[in-house]
Amino acid sequence: MPETISSSIANFRPELALALTFIAAMIMEFAARGKGRLTGAVVLAGFAVALALMPFSPAGPERIFSGMIALDPFSVFFKYFVIVTGIVIVLFSFQSQELRRDAPRIGEYFCFIAALTFGMTLMAGAANLLMIYIAIELVGISSYILAGFTKSVRRSSEAALKYVLYGAVSSGLMLYGMSLIFGLMGSLDLVRIHDVLARGHAITTGWSFATMMIGVVLILAGLGYKISAVPFHFWTPDVYEGAPITITAFLAVASKAAGFAVLIRFFTVMFFDMYTTANVRASFSGVNWNLVLAVLSVATMTVGNFIAVWQDNLKRMLAYSSIAHAGYLLMGVVVSSDSGIAAVLLYFIMYFFMNLGAFYVVMAVADKIGSEHIDDYRGFGKRAPTVGVGFAIFLISLTGLPPTGGFVGKLILFSAVVDSPFLWLAVVAVLNTVVSLYYYARVLRNMYLREPLDGDISPIRFRPAVVVTVVLFIIPNILFGLYFEPLVKWTQASVAMLLPGA
Amino acid sequence: MPSLTWYLTLSAVLFTTGVVGVLTRRNALIIFMSIELMLNAVNLTFIAFSAFLGDGRGQIVVFFVMAVAAAEAAVGLAIVIALFRNRRTVDINDVNVLKW
Repeated sequence: MPETISSSIANFRPELALALTFIAAMIMEFAARGKGRLTGAVVLAGFAVALALMPFSPAGPERIFSGMIALDPFSVFFKYFVIVTGIVIVLFSFQSQELRRDAPRIGEYFCFIAALTFGMTLMAGAANLLMIYIAIELVGISSYILAGFTKSVRRSSEAALKYVLYGAVSSGLMLYGMSLIFGLMGSLDLVRIHDVLARGHAITTGWSFATMMIGVVLILAGLGYKISAVPFHFWTPDVYEGAPITITAFLAVASKAAGFAVLIRFFTVMFFDMYTTANVRASFSGVNWNLVLAVLSVATMTVGNFIAVWQDNLKRMLAYSSIAHAGYLLMGVVVSSDSGIAAVLLYFIMYFFMNLGAFYVVMAVADKIGSEHIDDYRGFGKRAPTVGVGFAIFLISLTGLPPTGGFVGKLILFSAVVDSPFLWLAVVAVLNTVVSLYYYARVLRNMYLREPLDGDISPIRFRPAVVVTVVLFIIPNILFGLYFEPLVKWTQASVAMLLPGA
Repeated sequence: MPSLTWYLTLSAVLFTTGVVGVLTRRNALIIFMSIELMLNAVNLTFIAFSAFLGDGRGQIVVFFVMAVAAAEAAVGLAIVIALFRNRRTVDINDVNVLKW
């Protein structure tokens, strides 16, 4: 079917619903100033509508808006992922005490949650360098504002400044890379660029080759910043610690997923020869991109895990842990076979439950005792048994021990890597997991084996809503550790991407 | 008419100036100016290639870049003001509550 604007819009309904949600939320904010929670309800309703529209949008593979956006099972997966995360974050935000201090402005906060989610759905489908840039900027600008939302808090405004500086510089670098690629390939469309590369003339030697290398490395810097890969990770701990914790969770889960969606599409469509049948997709542009990504992956997981060991602030520890997880996830991109990408998608599902659960507990505890410091978790397991058990399960899942979802995610990811020529990468990752056990177990030790510093062992009573939420997150963490067949099927069906020649 | 090489060289020089400015300057406002320089170098590259290839899409990108850069500058300056109200400084060396 030839694509037109109207047929494109018909296939664009969930995103359209999100865009309209953003506009409706802004109008609400002007019309009913000070009733921020009402705006939140509007955003929640808009997300629900977008989610409900998802099944009616065809899964292609198809190009819409002149190839700007790809419609394929791969993007559908990530759209579900970010919209569901958006809903969870809005629900978290309703409960957060941290945001209550800025209650008169909370409407703006919900507006930008909508814009951020809209941007991430665009990132999931972006198939053109221009679209990638705009989607990343939409996500970026919204998240700068959200990171600094509690602006009277010193660390929040500091986090926002660091975020906006790093973000602007890395998008500038990425854009310069894109301009070089545009000049060299004569196109911004990923599929067209693939065709130029596949013909392969004049790109393997001399100036053209150097230009292409610089271009791709600069773009990689921009995307690496988005997924907080080492050495583009410096903003991550500061922003994660300074931002309101709901936003930290949003960035750690959804924004990272959207970044991976772009990264995977960028490399798979542009550089990898999808007609190889081996367990690894070979890159054919004269550079072994698999190896470049493998080095990035090792650096990311190692730096993330080792620095996390020294952290005493749990938010900051989870930030480094999320860097380490980006390293594990990068292994799937290195392999880039169907099983590798399916493993990344599955890992993201598990990551969603374990990470949001962990951030939720940190938020609930910070609201209660006003601290995120590891020493204030001493005796926490006895003072709040249910939430304590929940936190323990999330941390065990993050480590990747059975019988949790995190174990299944790691198992399938590692086995995809073991099947490829990158066996050494899997070995490094397993050693890294051992390191990560140390800092997760440190929290568990404080929770269960140590007495509180001030000797206060009175029970911490959480509201029933908090306990119920924690239990709701425990269930999938355990359930998917034991029964994950449908998820595996779903992720394997979701690797289909809009590819050249398709 | 100067050849493509001249335009690309100029934009590379501008871009490098911007990057060096970002890395060496410590005033948040000057850093933002350096970032603008980087983005304008990008615009120049796009326009030069666009004219060279006879492909108007490069020029379309420039419009998007300018619009996004304006939005980014607005947000960036708002954040600098928020920080200034807290700290009375725009020097990023003083922005050091969060480290390691």
